[in-house]
Amino acid sequence: MSDLILVHTRYQVLEQMRIPISWVASAFFPAASMLAFVVPFAADDPTAATRATGAMMMIGAISAALIGLSITVSQDREQPWNPYLRTLPAGPLPRFAGRIITTMAIMVVAVIPVLVIAALFTEAAITWPRLLMGVAALLAGSVPFMLIGLFIGFVLPSKAAIAVSQLLFFPMCILGGLFLPPQMMPDFVQTISLYVPSRGAVELVWSATTGTAADTVGLVMLAVWTVAAAVAAVWAYRRDEGRRFA
Amino acid sequence: MTVLARSAEVTRRYGGVLALDRVSIDIRAGELVGLLGPNGAGKSTLINLFVGLRRPTSGTVELFGGSPLDPLIRRNIGVTPQETGLPEVLRVGEIADFVSAHFPDRVGTPELLERFGLQDLIKRQVGGLSGGQRRRLAVALAFAGRPKMVFLDEPTTGLDVEARRALWDGIRAFHDDGGTVLLTSHYLEEIEALAQRVVVVGHGRVLADDTVRAVRDMVGVRRVSLNAGALPELPGVLGVEHDDGRTHLVTTDPDRLVVELVRSGTPFSGLEIRPTTLEEAFLAITSKESTRV
Repeated sequence: MSDLILVHTRYQVLEQMRIPISWVASAFFPAASMLAFVVPFAADDPTAATRATGAMMMIGAISAALIGLSITVSQDREQPWNPYLRTLPAGPLPRFAGRIITTMAIMVVAVIPVLVIAALFTEAAITWPRLLMGVAALLAGSVPFMLIGLFIGFVLPSKAAIAVSQLLFFPMCILGGLFLPPQMMPDFVQTISLYVPSRGAVELVWSATTGTAADTVGLVMLAVWTVAAAVAAVWAYRRDEGRRFA
Repeated sequence: MTVLARSAEVTRRYGGVLALDRVSIDIRAGELVGLLGPNGAGKSTLINLFVGLRRPTSGTVELFGGSPLDPLIRRNIGVTPQETGLPEVLRVGEIADFVSAHFPDRVGTPELLERFGLQDLIKRQVGGLSGGQRRRLAVALAFAGRPKMVFLDEPTTGLDVEARRALWDGIRAFHDDGGTVLLTSHYLEEIEALAQRVVVVGHGRVLADDTVRAVRDMVGVRRVSLNAGALPELPGVLGVEHDDGRTHLVTTDPDRLVVELVRSGTPFSGLEIRPTTLEEAFLAITSKESTRV
C-alpha cells in the first residue's frame, strides 16, 4: 500500500512540476500578505513578528490546501482520465495520500519566500529546531483544510468549487486570527475563533515557533475538525460516481 | 466454464432515465464478446458496472466471483481509458510506469510499449502525440498488469487500417493465450474480425445475444420505403419509421412484404428497397422494442 502512495505522489508531483505557474501562485499570496501586513505593522517586535510570520505561513498553507485541492480535484473529476484511474486496483487511500503529500510539498515551497522576507525585513527570530517544529506544526494543522478541500472537490463541479473554497477561505483566515491577532478582535469573534480549525492550527504553529502554550479548546477543535473532515472526504469519494455526461 | 463477469437482473437509473433494464449477461473465461449497440443504448453503463465505476440501482454485478468495487478483484482486469483524457504533461513511459505499478504481475513498460509499437515514444509527452498514438497507448494500458480479462471500449476508433489490423492481432494473441475480452465497437467489421459471441443492446435491454453468424443474419434485413397513408398489418415487419411523409419498413423478407402490400390494395407510390446498414438495423430493432413497451 505504501508503494502505491509513493507512486501516486510521484505522479502528482510530476504533473504539478510540469506546470510551474501553480507553484508560483501558491507562493505569491502569503509573500505578498507578508509585505503588505506584517512588514509595515509588526516588524519591530520580535515576538509579534514571529507570530505574524507563522500566521502568514498558515494563510499560504490553507490557500494551497482548501483552494488548491478543491480546484484540482473537481477539475480532475471532469476529465475522462479520472474514471479510468478508478478502475485501477487501488482504493481511495493512495490517491488521497498522494494529493496530501503533494500539497504539503507545495506548502513547504510556499513557506520559503515568507521566511526570507521575515528574516530580511522583520525582527522575527527563531532557532533551527523551532523552525522545523513550526513547519511540522504547519503541515499537521493544514490536514483538516486539505480534507475539506478534497470534500469540496468531490461534491461540487469545478466552477462551484472555486467559488465555495474562496468563500470559506477568507472567513476561515479572519476568524482564526490569521490576519489580525485574536486578542484584537471583538469578544464574540474571539469566542467563535476557538471553534474554527484555523485557530487550532495557528495555535499549534505559534506554540511550536515561540514556545507559548497553545489554547486547549483550539487544539481539541482542530482534532475534531480533522476527524469530521476525514469522514466527509471519504464519504464524498465513495459517493462520487463521476459525472454522468463527463 | 468459469463465469468471469456476470450481471443478474441489473437495472440502472440516472434520475428518471432508465439506462439498463433488467440485464442479465454471463461472460465466461476465454470468451471474446462483442458488445454492439447505438449510442445511448447502455453499452457504457454496462461496462462501467463491470469495472466498478458505478453501482446498479437493483440487481447484482459480479466480477471474478466478487464485487467489482473491490480493488483486489480489479487486479484481474484491464481497462482502456478514453484517449482524450490522457494526462497531457506526462511522458508515455511515465504513464505506463504509473499504471503498471498498480499490478503485482507486470509486463514492464519497455515490453508493453514495444508490443504496441510505442517504444520510440517513451520520452514523449502525451500532449505531443497524434490521435492514433494516443489510442494505441490507451489500449496498451489495459494490458499493463497481465490481466485475465480486458474491457476494450472502441479500441480502434480513429486508427488507420494498418494500425487497426496490428491492434486486432494483439487482441487475438491475448485471446489465444486464454485471455477474456469484452469489446465495444461501432464497426460491424471489427466485431466480425474478433468476436465469437455478440451481445446487442438497445434501450437498456439485451436485444440479441448469439454467435456472430446469427447476429449477422439478423442484421441482413432490408429497408422498404414508400409513400402511403395508413398501412395494413404486413408480415415480417421488424420496425417502422416515418419521416417527411415517407414510411420505412424494416423486414427480413421484402419480397413477401411487397406481395402482401399489393394484394391488400392499399395505394402507395415511390417504392424503394435497399439493404440496411448495421446502424439502421439496430435502430429498427430498438425502435420496435420501444413501440412494444
